[in-house]
Amino acid sequence: MDPNPRFRLFPMPVQSGLLFVVWLLMNNTLAVGHIFLAALLALAIPIAVSSLQHPQPTVHKPLLALRYFLLVLMDIVIANIQVAILILGPLKKMQPGFIAVPLDIKQNLPITLLASTVSLTPGTVSCDVSEDQCWLYIHALNLVDEQELINSIKNRYEAPLKEIFGC
Amino acid sequence: MLKTALLLVNFMIAMALLLSLWRLIQGPSLADRILALDTLYINSIALIILLGMYMGSPLYFEAALLIALLGFVSTAALCKYLLRGDIIE
Amino acid sequence: MNWTELAISFFVLLGGLFMLIGSIGLARLPDFYMRLHAPTKATTLGVGSLLIASMLFFSIKNSMFSIHEVLITIFLFITAPVSAHMMAKAALHVDTQTLERTQGSEAHQAATARKSTPSEADLANKQEGSES
Repeated sequence: MDPNPRFRLFPMPVQSGLLFVVWLLMNNTLAVGHIFLAALLALAIPIAVSSLQHPQPTVHKPLLALRYFLLVLMDIVIANIQVAILILGPLKKMQPGFIAVPLDIKQNLPITLLASTVSLTPGTVSCDVSEDQCWLYIHALNLVDEQELINSIKNRYEAPLKEIFGC
Repeated sequence: MLKTALLLVNFMIAMALLLSLWRLIQGPSLADRILALDTLYINSIALIILLGMYMGSPLYFEAALLIALLGFVSTAALCKYLLRGDIIE
Repeated sequence: MNWTELAISFFVLLGGLFMLIGSIGLARLPDFYMRLHAPTKATTLGVGSLLIASMLFFSIKNSMFSIHEVLITIFLFITAPVSAHMMAKAALHVDTQTLERTQGSEAHQAATARKSTPSEADLANKQEGSES
């Protein structure tokens, strides 16, 4: 990390880009004036707030990250249809349950991403992380095979996240 | 045809709002009530977007965005209250 | 115009259906942790498809690209899991009742206490399972 990030021109490049795009989206325009204003804000705000920044693990493989994003998007649609069927179906057959998933990733950002992914994908909501960040507790709406669910979470979501952040 | 679909969906979301309201009154626990409030604000975002399409005016977008922002913050604040017994420590 | 109107109507109906299913789940499911699934999942896709319909509608009506609804969609997709997680955590903290047939009570107790491991034997069991 730069020892003195306050004086760099782009202390937070990703956030600058995001700010630029969000400003233009919010005004729903591509007018020249707004582009200038967005560029000004995208330059000024990160310089003002960069001293508040925590060091976070960076994305090592952007293409894999894009693939992961598309995978999650597809799983959200599948999850919605599955949950809709479960909700409208008979309630007596449902077997809810808590499970604990051991975590291999240790930093905050990947764990947050994993927990959010788990919440958005089929039949599972993440409830809590143990204090030493080794276990993720999950509630499953219809728990059929505990070991299979743990393996699928680890292989489908945790392994790519581990690779993306290179940890 | 679009007007009919919009009216039909308006009815569906009104039903959804009533169901969430029932859960809000019924309880039984505090967490259930927070969840019901969360659902209520998301349903009202949908209702406002529908109203905007029905009126053909893009002005309602800002209202929907504001409800989304405030709804999330209020859910977070209520959960924090349950967790710590205090919102601003 | 007819085809686009059909597409917009389809997305509007899909969105309304998912919102309604989410609230039916909220009213119908028996315990809090199960109820949590319905609104977080069903409503994200419901609002998502309503916003797609709104984007199409305004893009065609004003015959210019209107994609600022994407902002609400992204915001809801980011915040829905976060608020679900916070509510689950709050519910664990105040010991909300679970259904009797809920499985995995060790994991539930460990999650309530935020303890590290459910038990030593369980830990060994899990690691064998994930290696195989």
